[in-house]
Amino acid sequence: MPATDPVLEAVNQLYVGESRRVLATLIRLLGDFDAAEEAVSDAFRAALEVWPREGMPANPRAWLVSTGRFKAIDAMRRQKKFDQLDDASAAETIGVEDTMAWADAESVEDDRLRLIFTCCHPALAPDAQVALTLREVCGLGTEEIARAFLTPAPTLAQRIVRAKAKIRDAKIPYEVPARGDLPERLDTVLRVVYLVFNEGYAASAGASVTRHDLSSEAIRLGRLLVELLPDPETMGLLALMLLHESRRDARTSASGDLVLLEDQDRALWNRALIAEGVRLVEESLATQRFGPYAIQSAIAAVHAEAPSMDATDWNEVVGLYDVLLRMDPSPVIELNRAVALSMRDGPSAGLAAVDAILGRGELKEYRLAHAARADMLRRLGRASDARVAYERALKLTKQEPERRFLQRRIGEL
Amino acid sequence: MKYLCLVYLEADKMRAVPDTECKACGDGFRSRGVLVAAEALQPVETATTVRIRNGKLSVTDGPFAETKEQLAGFYLLEARDLNEAIQAAAKIPPAREGSIEVRPVRQLDA
Repeated sequence: MPATDPVLEAVNQLYVGESRRVLATLIRLLGDFDAAEEAVSDAFRAALEVWPREGMPANPRAWLVSTGRFKAIDAMRRQKKFDQLDDASAAETIGVEDTMAWADAESVEDDRLRLIFTCCHPALAPDAQVALTLREVCGLGTEEIARAFLTPAPTLAQRIVRAKAKIRDAKIPYEVPARGDLPERLDTVLRVVYLVFNEGYAASAGASVTRHDLSSEAIRLGRLLVELLPDPETMGLLALMLLHESRRDARTSASGDLVLLEDQDRALWNRALIAEGVRLVEESLATQRFGPYAIQSAIAAVHAEAPSMDATDWNEVVGLYDVLLRMDPSPVIELNRAVALSMRDGPSAGLAAVDAILGRGELKEYRLAHAARADMLRRLGRASDARVAYERALKLTKQEPERRFLQRRIGEL
Repeated sequence: MKYLCLVYLEADKMRAVPDTECKACGDGFRSRGVLVAAEALQPVETATTVRIRNGKLSVTDGPFAETKEQLAGFYLLEARDLNEAIQAAAKIPPAREGSIEVRPVRQLDA
């Protein structure tokens, strides 16, 4: 078949745009991830055979879902025969309860949420939640995910197999959590999405600072969640990711080196992403039910709207960190507040705040705490103390561009 | 589906939750029709681990593994799915002192 064949092209487009929705519905109808995945492939294969002959159906997605379901029932029946079981009723009843549900737009939208909440179920290991979400919700290949997370492909594949086995054997239900459980369960989902984003944005190890594919998948997930579940925190997380993403081109130099916020060429910031992010921040804050993601996105918005480092409203930034600390007390947030404080009140105020954290024995192994401390010492003109702190940070960093940055700073002292 | 909820507690917390509270919890499960069985266990010193290795029976003193927490009791519950089982397990009083391991019961293939 030539590549320009209109039916083939339509099937390809449907695969990209709809295969995850078809999968999400088939998992509900068939009650099994593996059977549903098989059914999706069978349905698309059937489309390639049937549509050129009989033309495209009026509702291709519904056609794919019902074809996938029938193929799965056929496969079940064959399986039963092989197993020599006389009771074929399981195959007869499969999916029967919900045969028409795919026709109802609302339950199909819910299927995508069901899939997300199931992949991010807290009974699954956090690693597995991430892998399964990228595999099932985003449709990334196992190899692709393994590469992005610098994990051997067999390890990653096994993680996914185990997670699916647990869903099946421990009977993790395929459902959107009840209202009472929703905030906590949504937290897990948002954490997975943000983890994927961060892995793509500030790769924790490896040669490159950003792994763009993961960030764009995370943003896609964020958009999907805002569309399906426009909660203030969902909007806050999407805004946060968009505002970080807006600085991508300014964040690394042509040679792949890290460029700090203060040295970034702000003309390179993506204004469309900033506008979208700021709109979401405002919408989220206006609900008065916002949480830590919304506050973090508000901080990112202050930076995004500032013409320069010096002209940033540091008072606002420090105030937002105070709000964030009340919601979510954590030494990392305290460290960020200390950095903002050093911009508002000068490096000695910042240094005192960082030393207070380290003095409590927290963040001692956290490279960014030592890097921030080093920078404040440098600004205070305490070169030899700064060198010790930079070297401490250097020892703790695993990321190549960060290492180069710290070495450059030591050289400049 | 049946789920076995295993109650784990550190040795010095074995009696941290009053028996009356656990009895009330079991009665509550029973009246809601989710309880299949529940028992409190003797302390871990009474445990014996049984294994067959190379066809030979091996009986050793003690629990299957050295952990700080020990198996203190169990509830065998009937639940629709893992979410229901987790919700029920969270109501078991020692959940707050130790931990509850929720294990789906496997049907024997025989």
